[in-house]
Order: sequence, then C-alpha cells, then structure tokens
Amino acid sequence: MSEKEVKNLEAIFDARIARDEKIEPKDWMPEKYRQTHIRQISQHAHSEIVGMLPEGNWITRAPSLKRKVALLAKIQDEAGHGLYLYSACETLGVSREELYEQLHSGKAKYSSIFNYPTLTWADMGAIGWLVDGAAIINQVPLCSTSFGPYARAMVRVCKEESFHQRQGFQIMMTLAEGTPEQKEMAQDALNRWWWPALMMLGPLDAESVHTEQSMKWKLKRKSNDDLRQQFVDQTVPQAKMIGLTIPDPDLKWNEEKQSYDFGEMNWDEFWQVVKGHGPCNKERISARVNAWEKGKWVRDAAMAYAEKQANKEVKQAI
Amino acid sequence: MKNWPLWEVFIRSKNGLEHRHCGSLHASDATMALENARDVYTRRMEGVSIWVVPSAQITASNPDDSAELFDPAKDKAYRHPTFYELPDELKHM
Ligand SMILES: [Fe+2]
Ligand SMILES: [Fe+2]
Repeated sequence: MSEKEVKNLEAIFDARIARDEKIEPKDWMPEKYRQTHIRQISQHAHSEIVGMLPEGNWITRAPSLKRKVALLAKIQDEAGHGLYLYSACETLGVSREELYEQLHSGKAKYSSIFNYPTLTWADMGAIGWLVDGAAIINQVPLCSTSFGPYARAMVRVCKEESFHQRQGFQIMMTLAEGTPEQKEMAQDALNRWWWPALMMLGPLDAESVHTEQSMKWKLKRKSNDDLRQQFVDQTVPQAKMIGLTIPDPDLKWNEEKQSYDFGEMNWDEFWQVVKGHGPCNKERISARVNAWEKGKWVRDAAMAYAEKQANKEVKQAI
Repeated sequence: MKNWPLWEVFIRSKNGLEHRHCGSLHASDATMALENARDVYTRRMEGVSIWVVPSAQITASNPDDSAELFDPAKDKAYRHPTFYELPDELKHM
C-alpha cells in the first residue's frame, strides 16, 4: 500500500470513530491503533489479575463467613475481568502466551496500586471503596470506547464493579462504627490508600503523554485531572458520613468551583513504584510467574488428555 | 506441548431468546470450555444454556468484501412495505 493510500484509509477510519461507529477486530485499522490498544487492554487485564493478589491475602482471615464469601466472589469477578480483557486483546492478533510473557518479564505494566501491601482487614474495605471506586470512574467512560470488543468487555466489568465498591464501603462503615481500635484500623487503612488511589487515576494532565491521540480514539474520554476531581468530590462526603478523616490537610471545599481543592500528590513515590521499587512489586510478579510455571504440568496434562480423546474419536469413526 | 485452543462462547439468557456471542476463552477440550464458560460468563444467572465453538471452526466474512456482500440490498426498496404507496383510507394493511 502506498503512503497516500494509507493516509486515505486513516482519514476514513478517523471519520468512522468521530461518527461514533465501532471498530471491530477484522476491520482495517492503523498499526498505531492496534498497538496502542494491545498495550492498554493488556495492561488493564494484567491489573485485574495482579489485583487479585493483595486481596487474596485476606480470604482465609476474613472475620466472618459472610465477609469471606463476599470477598471470594469479588476476587473471582476480578479474575473474570482479566479474562474478558485478555480475550478482547487477543482479537487484535496477539496471543495469550505473549501477553503473559510480557507481564512476567516486566515488559508490560499493571496498575501500580497493587504493589502496596494489605496489612489489616480494613485494607479489604479501603480497596473496595477507594481502589474499585477509582477504577469505576476510569472504566465507565470506556464502555463507549471505539474498539468493539473492549467496549463490550467494559460494559460487563462495570456491571460487576458496583458490588465491589459497596462491599468495601460496608466493611469500612462497620469498622468505623465499631470499637475505638476498629475505627482506628479503618482510619489507618484510609490513610495508607488515599494517596495511591488518587494517583491511580494517572499522571497530572500537564505531564500526560498519550492523551490527545487517546481522546480521538475514545480510549480516554476525560482527562486524568477531571477523573481525579470527580473521585475526590464523590469520596470526601462518603468519608465524612462514616466519621473518617481524609489524610489531606489541604483539602477544602471551594465554593466558587463547587468542588474540593486538594493537596499535592507524591509523584516521586508513584514513579518509584511504577519503575518496580514499590513495597510489593517483586512479590506480585513472582506470585504470577510461580503460578504459571508450576501450573505448566497441569496445562500439559489437560492438553495430552484432550489429544488422546480426540484420537480415540477418530479411531472409532474409522 | 501445545497451548490450549481458543473457544467462542454463546449464551442463551433465557428460554425464548437466541444464543448470543458473549466472548471467548481458552480450554483444552469442549468439556473444559463449557465449565470455564460457566465460571467466566454466567456468575450472575446470565444464562440458561451455553454453546462453545472452537474459534478456528468459525468462517467469517471479510470486511473488505462488505460492499460486495451487503450493498446489493441497499437499492431494493421494494422489499420493504413502505415502498408500496396505497390510499390512506385503506385499513389493516
Ligand atoms: Fe475489576
Ligand atoms: Fe473490582
């Protein structure tokens, strides 16, 4: 294809997206669109999968059977989210094995928030409330993104997320209404997760690299700063309601803009964690690599069994 | 050893409705594909019946042929009831 022909196809492609048409896997697409989507969808899938680890840490120690089944169901949903997204990503011509390899080798990123440890039961509350809360804010606009399989996966994901946030908030609420020690535990979890949750919504707009192109492709519909503002405005009253304090001395209501002003985030810490120096980066990746490598014999055995059965059927047919 | 193949999953949400494509997954054989589809796609009573089909078995039309395949229907307005102009007094038709 000549350069001019490609330019022409690109113009038609951009116009389709501008008209809110969806792009499906077998449609022609610019190579950059394909690569950007593989990167974003796979990062998203990895985040769902790695995101199971910090919560998995508390399943056996959940304080009641009710909390245990809820947490198990929530984590199982996250596995489902990962699987919806991996298969959406594979429609772009990348294999599941390549995607895993990128995660395991550290080539692919996942949300840096999952590199923080879960020290107490209250962290299950804070994660559901704040981390899933921030994720919902990020994901709802993606339900109308331009790539069909991604948009459809996000619709499923968003339907399931709301229970995650509610069960988390209920854990926090119960602790906050409990003994002074329990309330203290809830406050401590909020103190540790608040800032990472804010930064989870991405770098400041001023420092963000991909935004313009991503806006055009509807991979991003609101800027990071707007999403963050939305998160702060909705979360602050929720904290007040259960008598917990947002750990930000600069937080105050701004009458003029009808929203909250808030303090500066520690971006040095954020980038340190992204680059692999967070408290649990090594632990998370080694848990994934172990699961993959130690599960190999199971995958091989299942495949050997399937092939043996298939051969039997052929023989019977003859 | 070979990787687990890809399967397409179709779910009937309730009797009376058709099976609808909802996504895909990897499994070593059809039995496992059904079990995995149950866990991945019907955790909240989304279905009463599941079909799994090896993705490699699907023959799909090529978007490049869309014009050739679908454009011929465009100029056949006479296939639609509105093509036939009839007097307003006519009822029940
Ligand atoms: Fe999720
Ligand atoms: Fe979630």
